[in-house]
Amino acid sequence: MTPPVLSVRNLRVEFASRRGVLRAIDGVSFDIAKGEVLGVVGESGAGKSVTGLAVIGLIDPPGRISGGEIYLSGMRIDNLSPEELRRIRGKRIGMIFQDPLTSLNPLYRIGDQLVETLKTHTNLSESAARRRAIDLLAEVGIPAPEKRIDGYPHEFSGGMRQRVVIALAICAEPELIIADEPTTALDVSVQAQIIALIKRLGRDHGTAVMLVTHDMGVIAETSDRVAVMYSGRIAEIGPVRDVVQSPLHPYARGLMGAIPTLAGDAARLVQIPGSMPRLSAIPPGCSFNPRCPFAFERCRIERPEPIRQGTQAVACHLYDTAAKETAA
Amino acid sequence: MTEALVPHSAEPDAVSAHTGSATAHLFGRIVGSDIFYSFRRSRLTMVAAAITVLFFLLAILAPFLAVQNPFDPAQLQLMNSRISPLWTADGQSPFLLGTDEQGRDVFSAILYGLRISLTVGVLGVLLAGTLGISLGLIAGYFGGAVDGLIMRIADVQLTFPAILTALLINGVVKSVFGNRLDAMSTLAVLVFAIGLSFWVQYARTVRGSVMVEKNKDYVAAAQLIGLPAHVIMIRHVLPNTMGPILVIATINLALAIITEATLSFLGSGMPDTMPSLGTLIRIGNNYLFSGEWWVVAFPGFALAALILSINLLGDWLRDALNPKLR
Amino acid sequence: MIVFLLRRLLQSLAVMLAVALIAFTLFRFVGDPINGMVGQDATQAERDALRQNLGLNDSVVVQFGRFVGRTVRGEFGLSYQLARPVNQIILEKMPATLELSLVAGLIALLVGVALGVFTGLRPRAASSRFLLAVSLVGVSLPTFLIGILLILVFAVWLRWLPSYGRGTTEQFGWWTTGLLTIDGWRSLIMPAFTLALYPMTLIIRLVRAEMLEVLRTDYIRFARARGLTTRAIHFGHALKNTLVPVITVAGLQFGSVIAFAIITETVFQWPGMGLLFVQAVQNVDIPIMAAYLLVVSLIFVTINLIVDILYTVVDPRLRSTIQRPA
Repeated sequence: MTPPVLSVRNLRVEFASRRGVLRAIDGVSFDIAKGEVLGVVGESGAGKSVTGLAVIGLIDPPGRISGGEIYLSGMRIDNLSPEELRRIRGKRIGMIFQDPLTSLNPLYRIGDQLVETLKTHTNLSESAARRRAIDLLAEVGIPAPEKRIDGYPHEFSGGMRQRVVIALAICAEPELIIADEPTTALDVSVQAQIIALIKRLGRDHGTAVMLVTHDMGVIAETSDRVAVMYSGRIAEIGPVRDVVQSPLHPYARGLMGAIPTLAGDAARLVQIPGSMPRLSAIPPGCSFNPRCPFAFERCRIERPEPIRQGTQAVACHLYDTAAKETAA
Repeated sequence: MTEALVPHSAEPDAVSAHTGSATAHLFGRIVGSDIFYSFRRSRLTMVAAAITVLFFLLAILAPFLAVQNPFDPAQLQLMNSRISPLWTADGQSPFLLGTDEQGRDVFSAILYGLRISLTVGVLGVLLAGTLGISLGLIAGYFGGAVDGLIMRIADVQLTFPAILTALLINGVVKSVFGNRLDAMSTLAVLVFAIGLSFWVQYARTVRGSVMVEKNKDYVAAAQLIGLPAHVIMIRHVLPNTMGPILVIATINLALAIITEATLSFLGSGMPDTMPSLGTLIRIGNNYLFSGEWWVVAFPGFALAALILSINLLGDWLRDALNPKLR
Repeated sequence: MIVFLLRRLLQSLAVMLAVALIAFTLFRFVGDPINGMVGQDATQAERDALRQNLGLNDSVVVQFGRFVGRTVRGEFGLSYQLARPVNQIILEKMPATLELSLVAGLIALLVGVALGVFTGLRPRAASSRFLLAVSLVGVSLPTFLIGILLILVFAVWLRWLPSYGRGTTEQFGWWTTGLLTIDGWRSLIMPAFTLALYPMTLIIRLVRAEMLEVLRTDYIRFARARGLTTRAIHFGHALKNTLVPVITVAGLQFGSVIAFAIITETVFQWPGMGLLFVQAVQNVDIPIMAAYLLVVSLIFVTINLIVDILYTVVDPRLRSTIQRPA
């Protein structure tokens, strides 16, 4: 059996600060299979983006990966040299950032940025790379690509720029695309188009996609599976349909309650009381316990490990039936 | 662990709370302030401040510290000429840093030269500041054609380096009065030239803040209760610009001293009869090739140390008042 | 684009006209223009006749118009001191100043950008901190002191380099050059370095600050995510964006290099326009002062125009915003 495209095991990321070491990611594990879209959802500061950056090796000092392993198609990549990592970035893992307005270098023609990336990762000649760049622009839905290729970023609209960014991310046909809030900065009308584009590209090329967002709606629309993150840990992970319809973790339940549905009445919108703890003040035990309506003694002392529940896995003591039985 | 993360924010308040009189209160506020904190943190800045204060003290106390009044010809003796510094083989007491061709003690000359340099520098900065702040207030408050005129003049002047402006003003004054200006008038001309060369930055800064503050509610409120324009400007708007102005003034003091020294070095500044540091360097420059390096080296060193200290203070002040500028 | 450049050209013309007005005021009211025409020993009758002939009794506006006309043709009258046509003298001295300023400007730009990039890429390294400390000292030392220090070390003590003049020069039409002989270059090294130091330190600090800023931007992060080589990111993407503000500062600094050449030329007795100007100020030689002012302003204004054009070449965003009619 072929290994998953991305496999993350017990990932830990720490930031050294004046006030001591802050742990941004603490023991995160997940897989993404070929052609699969994994949505990673959570509030800002939950560690979604840091997870993405850790996978592609762009955690800057004072941050560092302090534990765990990352495998790309079975090959361990978290301990590679900077130069080896660079060869993987853009070639085997493509990345899309949040703000298309600032992701492109304003002084370079978009064609030059594409050709530059292509020539870094392939043996294409200048003219072949240019032809490929035009094809790519056409593929991401830029009209009249042979003309637009010589345009500068500021001559494109936000949605068009994000298409260019996507073209740049997929130009070397990567196995994995990490999309970090790819639609947050865009108009609502454009968001759907970009989401559809990412979904189509993933399907057509069999690319695995890690879609980081705080928007459950986007996840529900695009993803095959979803990981719900809370203060640097995965609270719950499983197929989108199951997690949305029957969330297990109290936090995930609150989160799903917060998705407005067209049919549903406003009264069903639930709010989770309180807010996520700062990295410098994560409580012991389960980090959600101060806000959890079901918290009991154990939640304040012992940290819950993921527990299988059908297709889902949930890090919550409520589901630790084995422990309950032995206690009884 | 969480306990240690809480910053000790109560400290400054505690200091100022115990103060009784107004001066003690002010002292408490200064000692407890963030600025003073960052001052104590930077050893280099403390050294720079100490050196700057030392230079001012030396200048003020010059008559008591100098072994002679170097500009009173009666006190100079030719037999004491060309003595090298005290620690060299030919050194003679009491001439610590040696003497020049006329038997003038270099150390005493530096002390008196420092007086002139600092006087011109401080007065020049005061004039430039007064001029710039006034014009900036006027431009910002009245706007329109007045603003346009003042700012266009500022733009044009900004394209010319200050030294060129100062040199030109100096030349014009000289050509009007001829070469018969006495030393005190020359000093006044220098202050005037420096003041006119450095006003632009103050005017721009003040104008900028006035434009911002002008539209705030408290100014509208002050207008409503019938306060006259100049009262609003001086009492309410001006204090808001004092931080940046202090930074500009500090850095300008260094520039003004450099400009005065340069003018004097070029022969368009203080005359030999009442020399500033720049004049001393020009005089000393003539002895460069005859081996009497100390006549030029020590005034040069004093000037460099003075300017470097003031610049360090200015740099620190800018960072302390606006951490974002780092 | 063309509209923009035309507007800038008109602004430049306005600045030149303002400078011409100052020069005219100098010429007409501060000095006696008749002296500029006939020299010191003409009789009163001759002077009166000339006054009538030259139209000095006409209205000021008419006279100013005539002055501008003469200036455009390059006629500045006679030097009081040298009794020769000013345009000849200026033309003789110009090559020396331009060669010195160009070499100094190139040193400042090349070394400044290189060191700025170096310190920007390694902000924490000891070598970077050392360079920045040295640059603060460089800013604090007045130009003439650096020149004197260099002369003391390299000409007086070590006797490696000549301390004054241009060395051997060769003639091409009206242009004299010192760039073709080893002797000329030996003479050029110290003045050029002295003149380059100040703008160089400014450029180092600016490039460093810009580089740090640019390296934090999203497009640099995205460039890294695309797997581009560190070299392509630092010296392609980052440096190109850094250069936009550097162009302005470098352009403005080149103007001040020409003005600061006044000081350097005096220290090294470099036979250029700056030395000529200093002597003119001391001797109240109004025609030369006026002519120098106009020539230097013309150079400043030209540089500013070139900077504007370069701007649009480097930054495509400006090109299109300019194309849209304002």
